[in-house]
Amino acid sequence: MDHFLHLLSSGLARGAVFAVFALALVLIWRAARIVNFAQGAMAAATTYLAFAVTTATGSYWLGLGAAVLGGAALGFAVERGVMRHVAGRSPLNSVIVALGVVMVLQAVLGIAFGNDYKPMAVPFSMEPLWVAGTPLLSPYDLYVLGAVAVLLVGFGLLFTRTSVGLRMRAAAFAPETSRLLGVPVSRMLTLGWTLSAAVGALAAVLVIPTELGLNPHATDTLFVYAFTVAIVGGLDSPVGAALGGLAVGVLLSMVTGYLGSTLAPIAVLALLVVVLIARPSGIFSARQARQA
Amino acid sequence: MSADVPLHARRPRWRPGPAMRRLGLTVAGLALAIGATFALEPYRAYQVAVVAAYLCATAGLTLLVGRGGQLSLGHAALMAAGAYGFGLSSNALSAGGAAGAVRLVVPLAVGVLAAAALGALLGAAGARLRGPYLAGLTLAVVVAVPAITSTFSKALGGDRGLWIEIERRPDALRPWVGAEQWQAWVAIVAAALVLLVLGNLASGSAGRQIAAVRDDEAAARLAGIDVTRVKVVSFTLSAAAAGLGGAVLAYVTQIANPGAYSLVFSLFLVVAVVIGGLGSLAGAFWGALLLVALPEATSSIAETLPVSPALAQRLEGNLALLVFGLLLIVLMIAAPRGIHGALARARGALRRRWRARGPAPAPAPVPESAAARAPTTG
Repeated sequence: MDHFLHLLSSGLARGAVFAVFALALVLIWRAARIVNFAQGAMAAATTYLAFAVTTATGSYWLGLGAAVLGGAALGFAVERGVMRHVAGRSPLNSVIVALGVVMVLQAVLGIAFGNDYKPMAVPFSMEPLWVAGTPLLSPYDLYVLGAVAVLLVGFGLLFTRTSVGLRMRAAAFAPETSRLLGVPVSRMLTLGWTLSAAVGALAAVLVIPTELGLNPHATDTLFVYAFTVAIVGGLDSPVGAALGGLAVGVLLSMVTGYLGSTLAPIAVLALLVVVLIARPSGIFSARQARQA
Repeated sequence: MSADVPLHARRPRWRPGPAMRRLGLTVAGLALAIGATFALEPYRAYQVAVVAAYLCATAGLTLLVGRGGQLSLGHAALMAAGAYGFGLSSNALSAGGAAGAVRLVVPLAVGVLAAAALGALLGAAGARLRGPYLAGLTLAVVVAVPAITSTFSKALGGDRGLWIEIERRPDALRPWVGAEQWQAWVAIVAAALVLLVLGNLASGSAGRQIAAVRDDEAAARLAGIDVTRVKVVSFTLSAAAAGLGGAVLAYVTQIANPGAYSLVFSLFLVVAVVIGGLGSLAGAFWGALLLVALPEATSSIAETLPVSPALAQRLEGNLALLVFGLLLIVLMIAAPRGIHGALARARGALRRRWRARGPAPAPAPVPESAAARAPTTG
C-alpha cells in the first residue's frame, strides 16, 4: 500500500509535467489547427540552452529563465520563419515541415553538444518526504507541482480575464469574423506559438533532468506521451489536457513501478490505440466529431 | 466510382497497355541492374542492395502518403517487423537443418507477413483518423520499438540486436558471383517486385479509389467506395512493402537491431519520399538513392573539414540529418511535389504549348482540383 501511494503521488507530479507539455500542443492546435510535431525538439533545444546557461553562471534559476525566454523566441522564429509559409495547404504539409524542423534542431544540437547524455542538476532534493510513515512526494515533486499550478492558473486568467486572451480565442475560433472586428489574427497566431513554445520549454526543463536525461533525442518520448495526453484529453480542451496528463502520469508511474520501466512506452502506445479506437475525439472533449 | 472516365482524347496508334508496358520496363530494368552489378566492387554492390531495400519501403510509403494522404511516421517500425520476422524464421529454419532456397524465400515471406499484420492493425486503428492523428499513432509505434525489443530481449536480442543465420548464394554461382553481388540481386528482385505490384495497383481502379478517399471521404463514400476498407488495405500493402524492405535489409546485413529502425530513420524515409515527389514511384527510387548517397557524402565532407577530431565526429553523425531536415523544409515550402513533380510540371507545360500549336484541338483540361488540394499526385 505504501508503494502504491508513493507511485500514485509521484505519478501525479510527473503527470503534471505531461499536462503542461500537452497544454502547449493544445494551445497551437486551438490557434492554428496544427499538431506541432516540432514541439519536442524545440523543447530539447531550450533545455540545452538552460544547461549551457546554468553551466556558465552556476545558477539553476537563470537557466530556467533562459529556457523559457529562449522557448518564446524559438516559437516566434519557427512560426514566422517556417510554419507560416505552409499554412492553409493540406494539414499533412505542416506536419512534414514540422518534422523538418525536428531534424534540423536535433542535428544542430548534436553538432553543438554531441549525442551523449549531459548531467543536469536540480535545485531541490529528489528524496521523498515521509508523511505518517509513508514515502510521498519529494521536494522536487512539490516544486514541479507548484510551478505547474502557477502556470495553469496564469493561463486560465490570461484566457478568461484579459483582452489579449479574448482576442486569441476569437482569432482561433472565428478568424474571419475576428479580422472584420479588428483583431490582428496573424499576430495572435504568432503569439499563440510564442506562448506555446515557452510553456513547452518550461515543461521540458522540469522533466528532462529527472526522467529522460539530456540528449538531442530526449524529448521524442516526451512528445509521444504529451500527444497521447492531448488525444486522451481532447486536443481542443485545456482542462482535458490537464486531467489527461495526470491520468497518463499515474498510469506510467504504476506501469514503471509494478512492471518495469521498459514497458512504459508500450503501455502508452496501448492507451493511445484504445482511446483512438474507442473515442477518437478524446475522453474530455465535448465535440461530436473531429473535422481535421 | 466509374472506371473509365475519358480524360484524354484517344490516340489512334496502338500502344501496349500500361500493365504490359510496366512489366516490360520492370524486366528490362531488372536485367540492366543485375548486369550492372558485375561492374561493381563488393562495397558498391552492398550499397546497391541497401538502396533496393530502402526502395521497397519508400515505394510503399510514397503511395500511402502521396496517393492516400495517410502520413505514417512508423515505417521504420514496419521495416523492423520485417527484419525481425525474417531473422527469427531464418534462425528457426537453420536450427531445424533447412537449407537451400526455402531458407531464403520463407523468411522473406514471414517478414512481409509480420509487417503486413502490424500494418493491418495500425491501418484499422488509423482508418478513422486523418493527418496528424495517424502520424502521432505511428510515431508512438516507432518510439516503442526499443522498448519492445528489450521487453522480449530473450527472443529479439535486446539492444544489441538479433544475429541472423542466412542462406548464402548457391554453390553453382560461387565462381562467378560475389557474396555482396548475390545479395544485391536478391534485393533488386525484391524491389522490382514491389515496384511492379504497387505500380499496377496505383494506376488501376484501386489507385483511383485511394485518391478519391484522400480528396473527400464523404464524396467517396457516396460514390460507393468502402472508405475503411480502402484505408486499411492501402496501409497494409504499404506495410507489406516496408516489411519486405526490412527483411531484405536483414538478409543483407545479417542482423536485426532496434537502433537501425529508429525514429530518425523513419523521418529519413519521409524525407526520401518528399524529395522524390510524394506519390511517385520514380521519386521513391531517387529518394532511396539519396538515403544511401547523402550520408556517405556528408561523412566524407566532415572528414575533410579542418576542424578538431571531436567536432568532426559530431559533424559526421549529424550533418546528414541537418541536410535532410533543411531539404525537407525548403522542398515543402518551395516545391511540395518534389523533384519528380517539378519535372512533370515542366514537361506538362511544354506539351500543352506544343499541342496548342499543332493541328489537333487541344484536349479539354484535366480538372486539377484533386491534385491542387492534396500534397500531390505523382
